[in-house]
Amino acid sequence: MTSITTAQPDRPQRRSAWRRRDAATGYAFVAPAVIGAIAFVIVPLGAVIWYSLHEWNVLANTFTFVGAENYQHMLDDAALHDSLIASLWFSIGVVAVNISLALFLAVLLNQRLPGTTLFRVLFFTPVVVSLVAWTIVWGFLLQADNGINGFLAEFGVTGPNWLRNNVTAMIAVVVVQVFKNVGLNMVLFLSALQSVPEEIQEAARLDGAGAWRRFFAITLPMISPTMLLVAILTVVGSLETFALIDVLTDGGPGTSTTVLVFYLYRQAFEFNQFGYASAISVLLFVIVLALTLLQWQTRKRWVFHES
Amino acid sequence: MNPQIRRRHFLSMVGVGALGTTALAACSDDGGAGEEAPEGPVELRMTVWTASEDHLGLFQEIADAYVADHPDEVSAVTFETIPFDGYTTSLTTQLAGGNPPDLAWIFESNAPEFVQSGALVDVRETLSSTEGYDFEDVGETALELWQDGDALYAYPFSNSPFVMFVNTDRIAGSGQPNPADLVASDGWTYDAARDISAASAAALGGAGLVVRDFDYMNWTNLATVWGGWDAEPWSADGATSEFDSPEMVDALEWFHDAIFTQNAIPGPGTSADFFAGDTTMTITQISRASSLDGSFAWDIVPLPAGPTQQQNIVGQAGVGVLAAGKNPQAAANFLAYFTNPENSASLSLYFPPPRESLLNPETLAAGNPVFSEPQLGIVIDSISGATTKPSHANFAQVDTTARGALDAMWTPDADVAAVAADVSEAIQPLLEA
Repeated sequence: MTSITTAQPDRPQRRSAWRRRDAATGYAFVAPAVIGAIAFVIVPLGAVIWYSLHEWNVLANTFTFVGAENYQHMLDDAALHDSLIASLWFSIGVVAVNISLALFLAVLLNQRLPGTTLFRVLFFTPVVVSLVAWTIVWGFLLQADNGINGFLAEFGVTGPNWLRNNVTAMIAVVVVQVFKNVGLNMVLFLSALQSVPEEIQEAARLDGAGAWRRFFAITLPMISPTMLLVAILTVVGSLETFALIDVLTDGGPGTSTTVLVFYLYRQAFEFNQFGYASAISVLLFVIVLALTLLQWQTRKRWVFHES
Repeated sequence: MNPQIRRRHFLSMVGVGALGTTALAACSDDGGAGEEAPEGPVELRMTVWTASEDHLGLFQEIADAYVADHPDEVSAVTFETIPFDGYTTSLTTQLAGGNPPDLAWIFESNAPEFVQSGALVDVRETLSSTEGYDFEDVGETALELWQDGDALYAYPFSNSPFVMFVNTDRIAGSGQPNPADLVASDGWTYDAARDISAASAAALGGAGLVVRDFDYMNWTNLATVWGGWDAEPWSADGATSEFDSPEMVDALEWFHDAIFTQNAIPGPGTSADFFAGDTTMTITQISRASSLDGSFAWDIVPLPAGPTQQQNIVGQAGVGVLAAGKNPQAAANFLAYFTNPENSASLSLYFPPPRESLLNPETLAAGNPVFSEPQLGIVIDSISGATTKPSHANFAQVDTTARGALDAMWTPDADVAAVAADVSEAIQPLLEA
């Protein structure tokens, strides 16, 4: 009895010590990731929000608190509104073309035919090519009198001056962006397609379902989790496109391809309006976050296993 | 432990960590300007946009001699090359990041912005009081852009004039009159240049006249053309747009016509490089002569005359001392040495100097062996009475806005006067800002 009464208070203490040790070990494991996130995500994000409340002129070395003035300025800034519209068109174009083309290629290259491996490599190669090198090459291809137009001229066709017309310039940047990254989405879709159980397809076939029916009723729902991933990655990627615009069109002609990130860059690093640029980057963050959350919240309606 | 409490505990740790990191970041800001003058010798850094080993070798030679003479003041001077494209952006990023150089090269287009913002230190007193500097030798017109009242914020070390380079092989091959002969007979006009260019391009292929580096983006390079019409993009005080003035509209209509009607100037999106030999003539600065490889015969002539006048244009570059730098006085002292008469003579090997005593064919010939003495005479004549390309205190925004609005002009059926009016309307608020 005595031994029991003396042992009882000791057991919780020992358990508590184990828990502390467990907790310390756990914190040690997550510390690198948490410190990294704090240093490279949370602190910069906080700093950007703080900067957005200031007028910061690096030349004059002034840093003045202006409250919500930068955010109010966004409402009157016609150029910002133009860049939002350009971003909208660019993102719609990239997301629609990229996802449909990637899925189409994945379905094609999922067939057991000779040469599919070669085509998979060909379509994936642009993903590993330097973006700037890729864009410079396209810059030559899209010249008024060379490249694609030179090829068309061989057949007596006069091609448009791709990068000097508002509409064709937007089409050009969308196409160049899509061709650069479509291989990555194609590989993701390929992987998803190959994980669709063959027995389900076989059962549907025995039930008399045709190829289209099997694709829409079985394949698409089964790969919908990958579709969600690809959609989120492509939307975020399209909203963050910068180097392509900088190298290929410099935001022109006019402001037709000045997407939000490019406008933000211009405000910060060309106009030295770091405070206002910070406010725009907060706007971009909110847009990206809202679109990602929207896709995440609506997943239950269309993603298999999520309903 | 309650999961709610655990989560709160974790979040509070994250919060404390974030605050701690912010505090560390804030404390690590070295502050730049405002620090007390260091006691020992300091290291200086100058940002430049040249990557030429010859240029950098000369700078280092001058710097090493200065360090040897002033071991107690300066221990080393380094020259940091930033690529020409995006130079000012990189410089301001260094300023924003709290890592300003002590001295920096500055484009003439950004001069008013740097001068009026307080980013640069007034160096007039240091330069003029330095023994043997001979400040009066520096041309007053060369200093105009870099002054504000009595204060001088940079030394315009390079005054490179724009001239017309002519491929005389293409002139002869197409049976066109030689521009040098037209200069002699007072017939060297923009109309003549356009006609010769159009005829040679039609006869030989390739391109006629190229305003180099314009590329339908760097519109301020068109100042080399509209100067002949006595046009300016804005008033001398920079407050009022003159982009829709009759002179400017006439000049732009001439240019538009030369592109789309006469085919004398290659259109947008067309690549043409004079130095590759397939272009009849190009307006550019003399420093580009280093790209000539002897594969064709060439000459230089002054910029042609327009209907109103013949206007020389120079592209200037200044070197200034950054106020945010750690050692502004030491940097100003080095600038006085770097640009004294002896070192200016050395620098003039590569950069046409602002010192009048050095503006002679003999001095320039040493650094420009590809030019003959008569050609160097043209270079020197092209500096006299020259104006600089457009610049403004709000240049970056004006430049970008005007470029965007001007894009509508580079189509065959554009209404030039209407586009010029649109440009004027777009930049007016920015000129006033």
